[in-house]
Amino acid sequence: MTSWRFGRRQTLGVIFGLVGLFLVGYVAPNLEKLDKGLTFEPPPDPLKVVVDPPVTVTAIGIVFVLVAIATFFERRNAKLASGALVLGTLLFIPLVLVLALALSTSRDTNVMQLLVESLRLGTPIALGAMAGLWCERSGVVNIGIEGMMLASACTGFLTYAVVGDANTTSALWLGIGVAIFTGALLALLHAVLSVSFRVDQIISGVVINLLALGLTGFLRSEVLLDTGITGGVPTGDIEVPLLSEIPIVGEQLFTNQPIFFAMLAIVAGTGWVLFRTAFGLRVRAVGEHPHAAETLGIDPIRIRYKAVVIGGCIAGLGGAWFSMESQGGFQDNMTNGAGFIALAALNFGKWRPATAFAGAMLFGFTRALGSRLQILDVTIGDFSIPSEFLQSLPYVVTIVVVAGAIGRALAPAADGVPYERSR
Amino acid sequence: MTAPANGRTDWLAELRRSINAQSILVPVYAILLALTVAGVVIVLVGSNPFEAYWALLRGMFGSADRINASLGRSTPFIGAALAVAFAFRAGLFNIGAEGQLLVGATSAAWVGTFSFLADVPGPIAIPLIVLAGALGGGLYGGIPGFLKAKTGAHEVITTIMLNNIAILIVRWLVNSQDPLILRDTSASVPRTAELPDSARLPEVISTSPPLHLGFFIAIALCALVWFILRRTTFGFVVRTVGTNANAAKYAGMGVNSTIIAVMALSGAFAGVAGAGEITGTSGFLSPGTFLGIGFDAIAIALLARANPYAIIRTSLLWGAMLAGAGLMQQDSGLSINAVRIVQALVLLFVAADVIVRTIFRVRREGTTALETTQLTSGWGSAT
Repeated sequence: MTSWRFGRRQTLGVIFGLVGLFLVGYVAPNLEKLDKGLTFEPPPDPLKVVVDPPVTVTAIGIVFVLVAIATFFERRNAKLASGALVLGTLLFIPLVLVLALALSTSRDTNVMQLLVESLRLGTPIALGAMAGLWCERSGVVNIGIEGMMLASACTGFLTYAVVGDANTTSALWLGIGVAIFTGALLALLHAVLSVSFRVDQIISGVVINLLALGLTGFLRSEVLLDTGITGGVPTGDIEVPLLSEIPIVGEQLFTNQPIFFAMLAIVAGTGWVLFRTAFGLRVRAVGEHPHAAETLGIDPIRIRYKAVVIGGCIAGLGGAWFSMESQGGFQDNMTNGAGFIALAALNFGKWRPATAFAGAMLFGFTRALGSRLQILDVTIGDFSIPSEFLQSLPYVVTIVVVAGAIGRALAPAADGVPYERSR
Repeated sequence: MTAPANGRTDWLAELRRSINAQSILVPVYAILLALTVAGVVIVLVGSNPFEAYWALLRGMFGSADRINASLGRSTPFIGAALAVAFAFRAGLFNIGAEGQLLVGATSAAWVGTFSFLADVPGPIAIPLIVLAGALGGGLYGGIPGFLKAKTGAHEVITTIMLNNIAILIVRWLVNSQDPLILRDTSASVPRTAELPDSARLPEVISTSPPLHLGFFIAIALCALVWFILRRTTFGFVVRTVGTNANAAKYAGMGVNSTIIAVMALSGAFAGVAGAGEITGTSGFLSPGTFLGIGFDAIAIALLARANPYAIIRTSLLWGAMLAGAGLMQQDSGLSINAVRIVQALVLLFVAADVIVRTIFRVRREGTTALETTQLTSGWGSAT
């Protein structure tokens, strides 16, 4: 009797083992022995960890091989195997950073700033994922999040520009409010189509995406261009008392923009409401088995309407991030697929708020890493990595993550199935 | 081979079914309703909708040249929509037509610059180029199929990611000067080298965009898809997998291999459309072309309810509207995005046919293909 089997984890283990051997045997010996620094604060005089690239890469390579071995003892100790895989995956972050530094002419790079940038770029993805979470937990697939975000970004900034010339604070808040309202309105359309009329939910989502593309392009060229306003002042920084006093982390993380903080609150709030309140229980019950829920006196239609509109509001805030927090301004198709990446994060997070948030941050991190590598001008031999490759990093990671690490995801049982009242 | 007589009556019946009053009335009313709603939007920005629509109509069909341009403009939509529709029939949602079309076009542009192609006659060169497009698109479409079959990764997510990757990589291939890959250094803007004249698809009528032979290839593809779906064992398996994957599995059909084959074929249709545009219309590839064509393709496939014949007329309408939008912008000063709004609204009213049926009192008769295939069968339940 063999005490091991060859499954998904073992496949991943073999990949880790091969990468580890490659690192130890080929990459590490060919790296220059020149000390590089990982800093955690902006200059001058930052907190700094000095690393020796060949030694670090060898160490990580050895850990990868150990991870590979651990996966083959899954039968004896399942926790060890899965823990090892998580450790191995996390080690990719220092590995990429050290490799990038070793292959670049720069002497050091700021890790803390990279993490803060990841959180910033992950903000709209996390908001989109929470929007999707609300809808899908109630049993309504929503691929229209992209369109909701785009439309909100447009109407929000349009309001900001028309009311306050894109530079007054009160108009900015009004703009964000209009963005949230727009998200809710489109979500209501999605609910009317897919919950009441029982139109295929994917078709309804496509309608919203197409409508948003057309309407925003139309509004930009017919209204925004006429105002002559091309850019505006984005949201300002807020300093959180006490938290921003924490050394190193505080100043860089807790002096940040409002939608970022709102995102953190929404992720925490979504988790609390969905899993700790009666309303949340109802939403999840409707998403899993609407008929059973109705037997218990819950109105699935009403619950789905509420959940979809809540999701729409969150998506609207995500849209506001694009045109009023990340930058002040609106361009055609500026969300550029973020709504779909949010769905991938949701899928990755198995329809749970904390893990979906982690997924969103992973994509934020890959984007931040891509631009960091571009700044560091990483060259392998004579080949300077083209910026297009680095820009496609988040998409490649999404595919790898969705296909590799998570396995078959378990969506809510009634997700995507229109509900028809039993007579 | 199946009995030809039977096949012919079946073919006619299918065609007749696709143009019965039911399926014509709802779209026509939907278009009217969409034009009305969009008209309100146009009035709100201070323009005259009748003037705009009249200009649009003249832009679409105002003269022989305009009609030809409309036909030319709709050509790539037929292949791309076919890619989406074919996947629909197997219960797969292929959002990746854009990426597949782009990779197909790039393969065609690359093969088209092989030096030996300049010396061989067109009937040899052109099929090679179109084949390259089919292969490129097919391989690129096969990736999400493979991932879905082997790991359960949902095709909606993987195809969208692959679209973005294709756009970036193709931009690099065409733009890059060091290393020099596909860029034509003698051209003033980044683009690939022009195909030799012998390798260009013959133009039937020279307009801008021209009506080229690709239009008829696309129509032939529609007939081919109809044949595959209705007359072959493979088509039967595809439709069974699309209606009920579990039943297909229970009946001993290879669900996973069908998924891979359907996605690859789907990508190949898009790839042919891309190749057709390269050899028929432009003669070269510049980065940024075909942006957003994937969503047009989805909309057309949905409007046509995944019916290969209906795709032809829907693509014609879709392409004509976009071709006519230029004149509308010129004459009434209205952004071409107004047409986009109309298109989205048409899809909305066709999808939510309850609205149209209530307003215009159209009765419902029978079900159509797409209603029996629930697209949104959930995220992980196809196998």
